[in-house]
Parts: sequence; structure tokens; C-alpha cells
Amino acid sequence: MSTETVLRPGWKVPIILGVFSLASLLLFLLSGRQGISVFRLSSSGEAVQLPALELPVMASGIVISVLLIGLAGFSAYRVTRAQRTPLYVIVIFGVLFMVGLLVWAFVDATLPVTGLLTGTVALSAPIIYGALGGVISERVGVVNIAIEGQLLAGAFTSAVVASVTRNPFLGLGAAMIAGMLVSFVLAAFSIKYLVDQVIVGVVLNVLVLGLTSFFFSQVLSEDKQLLNSPPRFDKLPIPFLSDIPVIGPVLFNQTVIIYIMYVAVALVYYGLFHTKWGLRVRAVGEHPTAADTVGIAVNRTRFWNVSLAGAVAGLGGAFFTLGSVGSFQKEMTAGLGFIALAAVIFGRWDPIRATLAALLFGFATNLQNVLGIIGSPIPSEFMLMLPYIVTIIAVAGLVGQVRGPAAAGKPYVKA
Amino acid sequence: MIALWIVLAVVLYAAHSFLLSRLYEKADLPVSSAWIPLYNLWTFFRLAGLSGWWAVVAVIPIVNIVAYVAAIVAAYVIGVRLDRNPYWTVLFGVCPLAWLIMAGLGRSEWRAEVPENGEARDLRIRLAVREVVSGNAMISVLAVVLAIVVGGALIAATDESVQQAAGYFFSRPLDTVQAIWDSVAGAYTALFQGSVYNFRRDSFADGIKPLTDTLMFATPLIVAGLGVGLTFRVGMFNIGGRGQMLIAAAAAGWVSFTFDLPMYIHLPLAVLAGVVGGAVWAGIVGVLKARTGAHEVIVTIMLNYVAFYLIQWMLRTPGLLQAPGSNNPKTPPMSDTAIFPAMFGAKYSLHWGFVLTIAATALVWWLLSRSSLGFQFRAVGENPSAARVAGINVKMMYVYAMLISGGLVGLAGVSQVLGTVKTGFSDGIDAGIGFDAITVALLGRSKPWGIFGAGILFGAFKAGGFSMQAAEGIPIDIVLVVQSMIVLFIAAPPLIRAIFRLPNPARTLALAQSLSAAQAATVAQTKQEVA
Amino acid sequence: MKLELRGITKRFGSLIANNHIDLVVNPGEIHALLGENGAGKSTLMNVLYGLYQAEEGEILLDGVVHNFAGPGDAMAAGIGMVHQHFMLIPVFTVAENVALGHESTKWGGTLNLEAARETVRTISQRFGFEVDPDAIVGELPVGVQQRVEIIKALSQNAKVLVFDEPTAVLTPQETDELMAVMRQLRDEGTAIVFITHKLREVRAVADRITVIRLGAVVGVASPTDSNEQLASMMVGRAVLLTVHKDEATPGEAALVCTGLTVLDATGHRVVDNVSYAVHAGEVLAIAGVQGNGQTELTEAIMGLQKHVLGSIMLDNRELTGRSVRHVLTSGVGFVPEDRTEDGLVAEFTVAENLMLDRADQAPFVRRGTLQLGYLRAFAEEKLREYDIRAQGIGTHVGRLSGGNQQKVVLAREMSKDLRLLVVAQPTRGLDVGSIEFVHRRIVETRDAGIPVIVVSTELDEVSALADRIAVMYKGGIVGIVPGDTPREVLGLMMAGEKPAGVSAA
Repeated sequence: MSTETVLRPGWKVPIILGVFSLASLLLFLLSGRQGISVFRLSSSGEAVQLPALELPVMASGIVISVLLIGLAGFSAYRVTRAQRTPLYVIVIFGVLFMVGLLVWAFVDATLPVTGLLTGTVALSAPIIYGALGGVISERVGVVNIAIEGQLLAGAFTSAVVASVTRNPFLGLGAAMIAGMLVSFVLAAFSIKYLVDQVIVGVVLNVLVLGLTSFFFSQVLSEDKQLLNSPPRFDKLPIPFLSDIPVIGPVLFNQTVIIYIMYVAVALVYYGLFHTKWGLRVRAVGEHPTAADTVGIAVNRTRFWNVSLAGAVAGLGGAFFTLGSVGSFQKEMTAGLGFIALAAVIFGRWDPIRATLAALLFGFATNLQNVLGIIGSPIPSEFMLMLPYIVTIIAVAGLVGQVRGPAAAGKPYVKA
Repeated sequence: MIALWIVLAVVLYAAHSFLLSRLYEKADLPVSSAWIPLYNLWTFFRLAGLSGWWAVVAVIPIVNIVAYVAAIVAAYVIGVRLDRNPYWTVLFGVCPLAWLIMAGLGRSEWRAEVPENGEARDLRIRLAVREVVSGNAMISVLAVVLAIVVGGALIAATDESVQQAAGYFFSRPLDTVQAIWDSVAGAYTALFQGSVYNFRRDSFADGIKPLTDTLMFATPLIVAGLGVGLTFRVGMFNIGGRGQMLIAAAAAGWVSFTFDLPMYIHLPLAVLAGVVGGAVWAGIVGVLKARTGAHEVIVTIMLNYVAFYLIQWMLRTPGLLQAPGSNNPKTPPMSDTAIFPAMFGAKYSLHWGFVLTIAATALVWWLLSRSSLGFQFRAVGENPSAARVAGINVKMMYVYAMLISGGLVGLAGVSQVLGTVKTGFSDGIDAGIGFDAITVALLGRSKPWGIFGAGILFGAFKAGGFSMQAAEGIPIDIVLVVQSMIVLFIAAPPLIRAIFRLPNPARTLALAQSLSAAQAATVAQTKQEVA
Repeated sequence: MKLELRGITKRFGSLIANNHIDLVVNPGEIHALLGENGAGKSTLMNVLYGLYQAEEGEILLDGVVHNFAGPGDAMAAGIGMVHQHFMLIPVFTVAENVALGHESTKWGGTLNLEAARETVRTISQRFGFEVDPDAIVGELPVGVQQRVEIIKALSQNAKVLVFDEPTAVLTPQETDELMAVMRQLRDEGTAIVFITHKLREVRAVADRITVIRLGAVVGVASPTDSNEQLASMMVGRAVLLTVHKDEATPGEAALVCTGLTVLDATGHRVVDNVSYAVHAGEVLAIAGVQGNGQTELTEAIMGLQKHVLGSIMLDNRELTGRSVRHVLTSGVGFVPEDRTEDGLVAEFTVAENLMLDRADQAPFVRRGTLQLGYLRAFAEEKLREYDIRAQGIGTHVGRLSGGNQQKVVLAREMSKDLRLLVVAQPTRGLDVGSIEFVHRRIVETRDAGIPVIVVSTELDEVSALADRIAVMYKGGIVGIVPGDTPREVLGLMMAGEKPAGVSAA
């Protein structure tokens, strides 16, 4: 304790990176897998055909491991210079590590890269919408545990409305309204009746689950044709953009809901940090009393922005029924709302980072599908665990003590 | 059999006497008087200012029903003397033993008689009435009533015969009313008969079976609720019940079907393995939070998935959890030497895990309100920075709380594999209890006995829900709706007050203040007179 | 603009915070509102600012009655306020804070922060402030933060400006500068309300003085009145401005700190190589403006700081690197500066709070079980001994007044077998009666032969209690001087200047 030292950023990051890069090296050296992994970058129907990448497993594995060790070393070097490891280093490290793992897993097999990524975007969509809803709500100072409920309400309502009207856009609108209604309850109970926001959120999830399941069994199953067979959105390739290799099919040959999602992410980001609306939202979430003293109606701001958050999350719900599955099923959100919540915290209440976190979860889920086809050398369950373990490591080691909006969770009461 | 009844009677008598002795001690009466048969009853009535002869009436068959009423009056008076909400008297009517726990072990002190003038007495009565109608107990009851009404409305609205009758509402409105009554009454009757007592059965032994089912379903809900509630008290939120239950179930199950040991070793060992499994799984969260500040909500959610995939893998891997010679992801059945034996024979599903639950509730009660560790837990939960300044090791408290919480939730997993589903389990063994436990803890306001009650209520909903589904074709999901509404309404007393137009407690407070002012005046007056 | 308040009455439940208060402030006038903590000054100003709604009375500006539903209305009418607890968003920049509430925007609601930056620059220039519009407010020193508050209020063209206890966080020099700003504003025609409980400042700057006590106006005073006159008006009785204490009889050096350095999470030296000793039976006061390392210094002794270098010896035993529990059991009593945040658990009862820092020790705990009977007797006794005004030991501490809360903390900390007492901001926010009580207790502890450290930003308190005074500035000790050192010298030292004749620490 009594030695004269200057505080440095911790060694946690380089140590974790080092462990992972050594793991990668050992994986390739010890497993002794030889052969070629084929990464297919284009599918047959695309305009521009890229040749498939053929990677010799051992060689690429060692190259990747060396690169990983290099990155870990860079991080360690930064620490000795009392500097933090930049986020992009960690991101590059993660991507490389994942590529290495894929090369290893797909020995003598073909990995459809576009398929993997396209599915990732689709599977991430509800998480991204949910996370955006979470970001807005928490930024304005209301903890939103009810994302799961908002997603589920959106999924249910959009299915019913789109089925009855045969118009998926009306379903989309209905999903927003449904998510908003869930938010109304959250807002009313937490703002007007000062009930603990976490409690209301948890209970709302159960309530929405109960209601949708009840109506599903009691009403929807009576006349599935009329009530629960919504028309789905078709894929809508964007001219030119969708022809770009890899990126085109992944990003620009998707349904309307995905395009709305791109816009939503951009809007929420720009709105939060560059507009009057965002300034006020953040002020209310950080220091409501200060916001009040400059004439901002704190509780009204909270109420409407929580509602907005619900509408956004509701859109995510519509993706389940109008974008992927095609009909409503009991408990079809399957806990993705909680994953969205994790993405919010993992993404430090920032819409872009939260979106990236959501993509990580989507990627993992889709990886399961892809691995299921070829039969992975390591049990697929362990691959599936990976994103959750990575999240834990990230939250514990890399992100550290994250601090949300200062006033999140606290009701604002005027004396 | 007779021996068993005698033992039970002695135990009950001892419990009553012990609790009475605690009560008498508060009132400065000789403790021994609580243990003498008859005389203890005599003292009880005397304590309330009633004639001791009621005690004699109480032992005469049939006539003692009158004494029962007198005893309720006595309980009311004693309750008021203990500064307890008069509403507690209802508890005495239902279960005197429970009331005695409150009166004997509760923290309230005996209040000597205050000389009263007319004004004070008048105020006191008004205050008592107000407290009854605006107090917590009333709010809870009304919340339950309101939730049941909403549930009924949903049942009626989606009932086909109601919809048909509503089609010709204007020609024969009574048909609609009749149809609504039939559907709602049918549903709730089925719920009651599936959870408390089935009047359609011939014998009491058959009729009471639903109640034992309720307690069976309540068992894991209560322990898991205790685990979640404990973390609430420490200012944390354990959403990881699912993962902890799965790990605990796997550990307990594995010990159960792998070894061949005598029961007195095997059963405790299996239970212990499960508890430790749950504790370790939750302990990871505590350690991460303490060491790195990782948010426990996010870590518990993530660990749910990790546990789920881990168990899934183990269930399909021969030599780990998979039943030998099977391709299904399912374990072999539990060994007979390591399951909770049925409490009342094979006919009833209730097992000794329930007794373990009662013990766990008592233990958590003691931990939170009587132990040093619990005091530190609560201090950290209410104000972590003050706790830190007061020398409490906040980080270690997080770790301990998660360990204990995980152990309790683990016990719920144990109760699932060794009590509820003894024929081997798959990856759905947690049955959503990890999440239900959150609602149970909220309804019980994170207090051990509150959670116990909430767990039994939810257990009843679960048991009754199944029979409602079977008998009336109403989806069991309605139970979720009613449960969540109860919690929601209880959490917002102003809403309940607005709906039922109850008086505002702020005004009750003002009344109480004027009461104490009036009392102070009386005391001053008395002093003057004495002087 | 002329401000007039007529018969303002504001109640909180049965408590009357303001009782028919009348006040007239003319343009070009500094009107001081003098009263002790809890007299109702801030409530009155919150009514004026639209944060509270008065039950009775009216607010007139230039003779026109206004009804303010919220601060927005008040600001629009030309009222600005410099709040005691700054109403600034710490994570925002200066420009964002100034813009908040009346943002100028470009297309689609996009913020036009350049306009706000310009406002900041213009106003800064007018008053000679040096404020960077793009600095993050939370990273600025408190003195600068206050200037941001002033800029924020002026950016609204406030014609009536309220300063709510503005000097609490300033050095005497900064206080002088603030007063110069106030005079400049007055000369430009602004009507200024200056809320304070510090007599010296009132006399220095006010044109007229209104004194309020227990929510009602008790009279009007003149800046030429003596301190004693003002004080007795404020408190309602003659007040001893000094604590009666005998000459100290210091014994052995009990607490010896050598080369003490504290680093914060980012590696800055918040306490920088400080050495001092406290002797048994003396009060060492640590003076200085808020935020110059005093908090961290006391927390380092308590084991509450993570990165501590150097040595802290209590009775020749090393305390550095020990746990808080260890330090407490070594016989150190600690009254933290923020009692509601660090000293008490509001939801706990008085009794529970009295055992808070001995939560795992006999006599409160035996075999892991709370000894409720002992606790009850102990708490009853302390309630009487410290004259804690509570309904009973079962009352939640959050319901007590500030003074009674502080008594609970003192009762807890002083009922131990003390080897050292560390008291931070002992009387912050207390009424005069409680202040006298707390001061008496501190002196009694000293007289019992216990070393006492008192940290205070109030020079009056420092002078009243101290046998010796250590003045801190930017993490270091400027000097340790005798208790009777004149204010002017202390003031210079608080700004980092070492007057001639003062020996190094």
C-alpha cells in the first residue's frame, strides 16, 4: 500500500484477451484438425458472384491466433502506457475470434456467410426494437423491465389486426398501439401511483403473457383462419444496394420492418444526442429537479416518452408475427425482451451500442441454426452459450461498473 | 395411527402454550400460567377483560361455539392492546395459531391502559374503524376481489354462451345475465374445488385432496419466493431463478438416481447437493457483482441461458444426466431412497418438502429480523453507502445474499425433482417457477411470512387453474392475469382507494394525531389531579 | 422590475412553512432574506419560482398579479434563480445546460448549440467570467458551476434574480467576487433577492434586510445593525455566537498522519502528501472550501478510500489499508458530512440506527442473534441522554428533523469507547438550538481527553471549536495555525496563499 504508484487502467482487459487468444491457439494446435473450410460469400441468385473463400484450417487458425495474441499484446502495451484499450480493438478481437471458431467448426464444410448474417439481422430485429424502447424509456428515467410484455402485446395485436384486415401495415400500427398501451400502464403506475418501476415491469410481463395466452387459447384458436393468419411482409430488395456482394443481401434484401428498424436506430440516436427532444429526455432522466426548474414538465415528458418507447418495442413484437413466424403463438417472444434489456445495459444506454449488442445475440441464435445443419465438433449447446458468457465477461470485465441515467428508477415527486 | 394423532395433539398444545407464554410475558403475567391446561384459557379471557368462565364454556362440546365468538372478541381487544391493526382479528377467526404467532412473537409491545376521557375514546373508535377500512389488510383483500372481478369479466366476455345470449340481449336480457353468472360461477367454483375442497367427493379424505395439491404446488413457489424476496431486501434483483433451479435440479437429481444409499443419508445428500448447486450458480452473480460491479440483473438473465443449454447438453449426453438406453433428453427416475416421502400416503401429492418449506420460511424470518447478518442485509438494501460507512462489508453482503438466495431457489428445484416430478425430468423442470417466484415475493412484500401466504395463494391458483381448465375449458392462463393484477393493485393503494372510495390514510394520520393530543391532555389532567 | 409578495402562505400537511409573508423588492436593490435553517426562506422562494403553489397570497411584478403554475411561467415573467443545490445536469456541457428549457433549434428539432455558446460567451464577457461553453459541467469546480448557474439565469433576461444560499461553497475571495457581480447586476437595474443565514454577508452587500423566523416575517433590519441584533432577531433570543470552552490541555499525539496521499479512481491526487498530528484532548479543525480534499482525508482515515498511500497511525497502530470495520473497532467515531446519505438508514428505526456500526458485535449481537432487549434499553437511554425528539425508539429516522437526525448519529458515535472522533460538517443544515447542542458535545468530548478532528467549511464554526486549524487547498495542507487566527488570514489560506509567519505543515 505504501509504494508510490500511479493508478493505471486495470490489467483485466489484456488478461481476458490473452486468455482467449491462447485458447484459440491451443484449440487449433491440439485438436489437430486438418482440412479446408469454405466460406461462401454469394448465393446462386445474386447479380455479383464472389468466389468462395477456401481457408486451410491449420494455417488460418494459426494466423488468426497470432493476430489475436498481437491484439492482446497491444492492449497490454496500452496498459503499460496507462492508456485504456479502445473499444474497436475489442470489437476486432471479438470478430477475429469468431471467424477463427467458425473456420475450426466448418472444417471440410461450407459456411454460407450471407445466410448466417442475413439471419442474424432478422433474428436481432425484435431485440433491437426492444432495446431501442429500453434506451428511450431508461434515458427519460423509467426503468423498462416490461419490454418483454411490450413485444408480446405487439406480436399478438399485430397478428389479430393484420389477419382481420388482411393488411400488414395496419398490423404494424396496431402493434405500436399495443406496445403503447402496455407503456401507459407502466407509466401510470410508476409515475402517478409511484409504484416501484421494476415491480410494475415484472408484473406487466406476467399480465401480458397471461392475457395473450388466454385470448390465444380461448379466442384465436376458435377461428385461426380469421384471427390468426396474418399476411406476412415480403422481402423487398432495394435496387442497386441489394446487389452489393455480402452487404447487399444481408442488409438490403429484407422486409419493411427491418428497413424501418434502420431508420429507427438512426432516428433514436440522432434524436437523443442532437435534438431538443433528446436534450430534454436526457435531462429528465439525469436530474429531473433541474429539468423542472427550467420549466420542463418532468412527469409529462416521462409519460409520453415511455409511451413512445412502448410503441417502438411494439414494432419489434410485430416482427414475430408479420416478419418471421406468420401467426401468433403462446409465449412466442420467449424471453427476448429480457435479452433486449441486457442489450440496453451492455450497450450502456446508447442506441448504437445497444444495437450492436442485440446483433451479437441475434448472431448467436442464428449460429445455432447453421451449426445444426453441419453437425458441429463441439456440442452446439456450448456454441449457443457463448454469447451469454461473452456478455457476462463483457459486463464484468470490459464494461465494468456501468452507470445508467442517474435518475432512472426513481419517481419524481414535487414537494 | 392413534399414536400419530397423540403426538400431533401434544405438539399443537405445546405450540399454543409456548406462544401464549410469550404473549403473557409481554403483559407481565406469569409465564407458567400459559402451560397449565384450562387455566391458560382462563388467563387469556381475563387478559381481555372478559370473564374467565368462558374458558370452562370452551371445553363443553357444542356450547363452545359461543365461547369461540367470545374468544374472537378477546383476540380483538388483545390485538388493540398490542397496537395491532384490528384486522388481525380475522386471522384469529381462521387460524388461532397463526394469530398467536403474531401476538406472541411479533415485535409489538403490550400497552398499559391509558386513562381516557370521552373524546379520546370516541376518537379511538373512529380511528379503529378507519384503520380497518384504509389499512393494508383491507387494501390486499380489495385488490384480490378486484382482480377476481376482472378475471371474471374476461371469462364472461370470452364465453360462447354469453356471446350467444348477448346477441339477443335486448329481447331477453336476463339470459345474458344468467349466462354470465353460469360461466363466472362455474369457473370460480371449479377453481375453488380444485384448490381447497371438492364438495363433489364423498368422503372428507377425498374432498380435501385439492388443498394438499395446493400446498404441493405452493412448496417450490414459497422457497423460490423467499430466495427472490431475500435479494429484494438487500437491494438486488435475482431474475436467475430459472438457471438456479435447473442447476439445483440437476445436482439433486443426479445424486438421487446415481447413488444407492440408505434414505437417511441419501435424501439429505440429494437436498444438499441441490441447495449447493443453486447457491453456487447464484454465488457467481454475487461474486461478479462484488468484484467487478457487474449488474446482477444482466448476469442472472445470462446465466439462465447458460444453465439451460448446459442442462440441455447434459440431458442428451449418456453418462451425465440422460437415462441409460434412452434417446430422449430425459433423466432416469429418482431413487426411492432420495425422494420426499408423501406426507399423507400415496393418495395425496403433498410431500415432506412442504415441511422443509415451513422451516425455510421460519429460518429466513429469523435471518432477516433477528440475526446480525439480516440486519446488515437490510442496511445494505436500504442505504448501501451508509452501510459501508458503518463498517458493513457491502460486497460480502451481496455475495452472501446471492448464495443464500440461490440456495433457497435451489430448494425449489430440489422440490420439483424429488417431490413433484419423481419420474425423471427434462429441461422444462423449472416450470417457470423462477419467474413466478418474483411475483410471489412482490405479493408477499419481501417478508417471509407474507411470501409464505402469497405462495399458498398462488399454489391454490395453480392447482385450481388446472381443474378449471379441465372442468370448464377455461385456459389456465387466466390465473396469470388474476395473479399479476393482484400484485399490481396491491402495489398501488391510492388506486384501490379511488376505486372503492376509501378514506385517505393521511386523514387517518391527522385523526391519530388529534387522538394522541387528546390523550396527552388527559394524561396532563390526570397528573394535575394526582398532584 | 419591482417584485411584491403579499400574504404568501404555504402549508405542508399540518406544518405552516410560510405564514402570510409580505416582501417588496425594488429594481436596483439587493434585498436580503435572513433566517436560520428551516425558517422557510427556500420555501418562499420556491413559491416565487413556481415550484410550489401557495395556499394563499399573491405575487406581483410591477403591480401585476401573476400565477405561476411552474418554473417555466416564472422564468417567462422575468424571474431567475441561482439555486443552493445547483440545478445543472452534470453530464451536459455548459452550453447544453444553458440552452435546456428554451433551446433554439434548426430544422426538425435539431439543436442549435452555437446560439447557446454565444450566449455563454457574451454573458461571461460582461462579468469577466472564464467559462468554456463546451466543458462538461460535472468536471468543473463548484465556483465555476455557480457561474454557470448565474449565466443560465441571466440568459433568460431575468429582471428579478434570486440567490439561494450562494456562498456556502465559495472561498471568502470567491464570495467577494460574487458580491461584486451582485452589485453590478443591481447597478444595471436588476432586483435581487439574497437568501442567507450568514450575518456578515448580509451586512456586506444588502441594501435592505427582511428577517424571517418559523415561517413568518419578524421584522426589517438595516445593514448597519450589529451581528448580535441580527442574530437575536433571527433566532428569537439572545444567541451565544461563540462556544464556551476552556483552554485545551493537549496530551500525547494520538493520530499521526505522515505523507498521506489519496488517489481517486482516475489517478488524481485528491489528497496530496499531507502530514499532521492530532493530540489527545484537542480539537484540530480542518478548514477549506468544499472539495479541496477534506472529505477524502477523513474517508482515508476511516478506510473508505481505496487508494491511500502514506501512513495513518492511531496510538501507534497503523490504520492504512485496514477495513472500515477494523478502524471503527479501533475506537474511531465518525460523523460523516452527509448524514442522510452516509450516516443513517432512513427506513430504519432510531434504535436500529443506533446500532448500525456495531451490527455484528456484542453487546448488540450474540451468537449471530440481535439482542433486541438490550438494544431497546440502550436506545431509550440515548433518546433521553441526547434529547432526541422522536415519538419513540421505533420511529423511522427519516421522519426526524435534521437536528434530531444528527443527534442520533452523534449518540451512536459517541457511545463507543472512543480513541478518536472525526466529525465532518457537524452542523450543516441545523437550527441554532441543535448547533449549540452539537458544539457543546464536541467540546465535552475533547475535554474528556479524546482527540477530535472537525472538518467544516464554515469559518465561524472552525473558529468557535478549533484549538488548531489546518487549512486545506487543492489536496494539500496550506498550513496549521492556532485556533484564534483571524478570518482574513484563514481566508487567504483557503485560496492557497501562505501568509508570512505561517509555518509549513
